Amino acid sequence: MSLLSLTGFGVKRGPCDILRNIDLEVSTGELVGIIGPNGAGKTTLMRGALGLIAHSGHSSLAALPARARAHAAAWMPQAREIAWPVSVERLVMLGRTPHLPPAARPSASDRAAVDRALHRMQLDSFHTRTATQLSGGEQARALIARALAQETPLLMADEPIAGLDPAHQIGTMQTFASLASEGHSVIVSLHDLGLAARHCTRLVVIDKGGIAADGAPLDVLTPPLLRDIFGITAFVQNTSQGLVFQPMGIV
Amino acid sequence: MMRLVLVLSTLTAALFGAALVVGPADIGVADSLRALLWGEGGPMTLVMREIRLPRALLALMIGAALGMAGAAMQGYLRNPLADPGLIGISGSAALGAVLALQTGLAAAAAFALPLAALAGALVGVFLVLVLAGPRGSSLTLILAGIAISALAAAFTSLVLNLSPNPFAANEIVFWMMGSLADRSMVHVGIALPLIVAGAVLLATLARGLDALTLGEDAAEAMGVNLRRLRLTLIFGTAAVVGASTAVAGAIGFVGLVVPHLLRPFVGAQPGRLLWASAFGGASMLLAADIAVRVILPARDLKLGVVTALVGAPLFLHLIYRTRRDGL
Repeated sequence: MSLLSLTGFGVKRGPCDILRNIDLEVSTGELVGIIGPNGAGKTTLMRGALGLIAHSGHSSLAALPARARAHAAAWMPQAREIAWPVSVERLVMLGRTPHLPPAARPSASDRAAVDRALHRMQLDSFHTRTATQLSGGEQARALIARALAQETPLLMADEPIAGLDPAHQIGTMQTFASLASEGHSVIVSLHDLGLAARHCTRLVVIDKGGIAADGAPLDVLTPPLLRDIFGITAFVQNTSQGLVFQPMGIV
Repeated sequence: MMRLVLVLSTLTAALFGAALVVGPADIGVADSLRALLWGEGGPMTLVMREIRLPRALLALMIGAALGMAGAAMQGYLRNPLADPGLIGISGSAALGAVLALQTGLAAAAAFALPLAALAGALVGVFLVLVLAGPRGSSLTLILAGIAISALAAAFTSLVLNLSPNPFAANEIVFWMMGSLADRSMVHVGIALPLIVAGAVLLATLARGLDALTLGEDAAEAMGVNLRRLRLTLIFGTAAVVGASTAVAGAIGFVGLVVPHLLRPFVGAQPGRLLWASAFGGASMLLAADIAVRVILPARDLKLGVVTALVGAPLFLHLIYRTRRDGL
């Protein structure tokens, strides 16, 4: 089943095209890594696909009414904003906003969803902690938990693992992978190509406003692509412990 | 949470009762309440029904309105320093009132002044909407508000500057300090519908403001219609602040200090802060209006002066505490 479909999709800012002629189809069970150099348009692609910025062409998510879209896809922006010193539990409960009937209080099922999300992000003992007093990495995990609590078929996250310690980077990618194996789909932008290669089922490379490559990690991360788009050389090998990707130097 | 509701509503009710029984006319507590509820004509009933009751009602309404609008504005802008006056409505309402005082309209009819102030507020809303646009970020709203406030203040100064009549200038200065003295049920009738309508609009913002804790992008992706939220905020704030300024003049610091003070008690949730600040604002203004009558009964101490005198040090203390907690 298709969870996101973009056809002839583009985004303009002023006279210049930031994205153009994007065709992308994401189905259930996928963990899609959006990779590309700084300023390639990764964030713009995701925000545009959600209908948060003006765009041309067709996006299945942007075409939905706001509430239906909030049931179809959760979005974790790159800016990790927590404006008020609320408790972690309340913060994650905000993810249940689209599921609450007007003027209703959170039900037991909402609280259960919050507990599940906190558990997935290993924040079980953080319920009553003040979110703004957590470390940057802990805040990021709380915000990922917030997006998970929305319990949508599709989760889109903009650089969710930046600033996390190695264990939680791997843990978060494994959480996303397990969501994908449960039939959800996750679209995640990231700069760590090693983690992207190991955990994503599919990589989409964005460069100069278009999709430069789209496919399985091993097929995408070829030496010519790494040279032309990222300007690096890398060691890539499919080992008995999975795909290993290590950037080696600048071209 | 239930305890906070209980504490705040009890406090507000107690202060409302106190506002009814405190005043220059020397009437006992029991006598005054009897005169209010079952009086048949007579001077006591007149004092209670025509002077103290409208005054207490206005303090209750305006305090609640300013507290709520302050909480909504802080929640929307995600800034604890925001204030309902920020979008320029109180400034433009004051300008309308000043023009009515200067031209002598205010002296011609009792309700000319509040109506002129409301007209000023309406012009202010129109300018905010034109300048900030129906769509746009919170930043454009702040900038538009600051521009309108500055413009209204400049015109007010101009009127004072060119005023040929020192008595009118005097009256304008005193009016701008804000007061609830000598207000009648006519004023209540003018302000009540607008304040109720504005408060209802602001109350619908609770969930959207909660979602905005995560920023505009995340809130919009959770189904919050930011455009509608912004318009509701502008119209709600304009209605309550315009009506409040129209009947009571400029009363500062209530909308700024009260939400700040109550935030820790509602777990910092902007939605819950709305109603808590309504009670808190009503309590603060009722208390300030009682203080005005008790401290210098003979000198017509202005309400806005008292709220500023109480509010500013309180605010300094809050800033100090915030800094100490490293938040």
